[in-house]
Amino acid sequence: MSTTEQNLPVKAFTRDFNFYYGSFHALKSINLPVIEKHVTALIGPSGCGKSTLLRSFNRMHDLYPGNRYQGEIVLNPDNTNILDARVDPIEVRMRVGMVFQKPNPFPKSIYENVAYGLRVRGEKSRSTLDDKIEDALRGASLWNEVKDRLNQPATALSGGQQQRLCIARCLATDPELLLFDEPTSALDPIATANIEELVTQLRDRVTILIVTHNMQQAARVSHYTAYMYLGEVVEYGITDEVFLRPKKKETEDYITGRFG
Amino acid sequence: MNSMQTTTVVSDRLARNVQRNIRERAIETILFGAALVSVLTTVGIVWVLVSESLNFFDHVPFGDFLTDTMWTPLFSEPHYGILPLLMGTITTSLVALVVAIPLGTVIAAYLSEFASARVREIVKPFLELLGGIPTIVYGYFALTVVTPLLQAIYPDLPGFSMLSAGLVMGIAIVPYISSLTEDAMRAVPMSLREGAYGMGSTRFQTAIRVVIPAALSGVLSAYILGISRAVGETMIVAVAAGMQPNFTMDPTEPAQTISAYIVQVALGDLPHGSIGYQSIFAAGLSLMLMTLLFNILGHVIRRRYREAY
Repeated sequence: MSTTEQNLPVKAFTRDFNFYYGSFHALKSINLPVIEKHVTALIGPSGCGKSTLLRSFNRMHDLYPGNRYQGEIVLNPDNTNILDARVDPIEVRMRVGMVFQKPNPFPKSIYENVAYGLRVRGEKSRSTLDDKIEDALRGASLWNEVKDRLNQPATALSGGQQQRLCIARCLATDPELLLFDEPTSALDPIATANIEELVTQLRDRVTILIVTHNMQQAARVSHYTAYMYLGEVVEYGITDEVFLRPKKKETEDYITGRFG
Repeated sequence: MNSMQTTTVVSDRLARNVQRNIRERAIETILFGAALVSVLTTVGIVWVLVSESLNFFDHVPFGDFLTDTMWTPLFSEPHYGILPLLMGTITTSLVALVVAIPLGTVIAAYLSEFASARVREIVKPFLELLGGIPTIVYGYFALTVVTPLLQAIYPDLPGFSMLSAGLVMGIAIVPYISSLTEDAMRAVPMSLREGAYGMGSTRFQTAIRVVIPAALSGVLSAYILGISRAVGETMIVAVAAGMQPNFTMDPTEPAQTISAYIVQVALGDLPHGSIGYQSIFAAGLSLMLMTLLFNILGHVIRRRYREAY
């Protein structure tokens, strides 16, 4: 912790956060900051809880019965504990966007996919929609590829394009925090490079929390890295420090490939 | 010597193969026979319908059959215009679908997207029960409960009406539509729902804007099946809609449907071979062509709107 620049604004953080799938204690007293306008990567072996932690940030676990949160996940600037019973998960998801492991465009046109979040928020003006959709598609480096076929079904796009469309879909609503759940694990190397490039571009614009299986990816795109193991954050710090001078033996073993 | 041994072993194995092949062939033949039964039945039914209808059309001009506005095969001066029966069938079906499609869709959306597992476990058996009630029971329910209730609102409503029969038929079809629609909606991958919720959608928005469009081909198939059932439904309309062919599409009137006419004549005492008797085959053929049309339509729609995930 000492190596992080403490004066940087914290967009969100967890405080003694625990999570249970039924009786299974999946996350154990997690304390993790997410620094504003930077990329924070969660790495760790399968089953370590990194996706579970990510999905807690937009209360995705609410969709399934038997899940239980404990502790706090605080979203700034308003210092809201998003796990509070009085907080509407829909409000949380309006502020926190999410890109999934497998591209999941809706069965609609390219245009309507990006318009979705705006329409859900009640936007009706065609010109506002047009503008925001173009911005979002440009932001996701997809505009040039799709500008002439906005009315074609999104499912006709390639996997990499679909994933960038899903990113554009989130960008259109100006999320404060963008969650990426292994966004390139279903993509080929070229599409992966495109998405990584995109994440690098976006990091000045939006706060990003990304889960990845790929350590090189974490090293390439993130400023901060948290290494998780068995539901705990073992080590957190500036990415270069974590990768080059890990403080914990477990982190070093994982990063050097001796384990995981 | 060595090669002799090898030969014996190989031939043993071949012998076993022959045995296995015979058994495989036998099983295949039985399975093929089972499949053939359904094909032959269909062919047989079509053959009977077409050949008897041809006899009927020897006596009745095809043009009259399609354009005459009266269907009075049992009168001394018979008319054989299918239109009154067709209109009865269409009217009762429309009334039924106006009830069944919205209700069935809403129930399906509720069960698939809103209800907890426990509620679903309670509601689904009731729906299945509803689907298992014999249609004759529905018919009497229409005649003895729904018609008097409707008469309390519209005192002019006759004792037999397409409205009453159609409404109850709609209720009878609800389980088919809701269960198939729900299956289609539940088959939509969770990843799409997570995407929708992740964008800040409410449950309702997720259901209406994402899940139903994704399940559209299945939902439309469910509707088409509902239409086919409504068109072919017999006992409810025979009991509650009246037995008089009526050239009208006013649901508050009594009328006869194609299926109800067939029941009436098939159970009546018309001599076999008479034109009146043969008329039920022409009516049956019309009915079959209608449902065939809807099945083909359903097939086309399924292919057109199928979503690949």
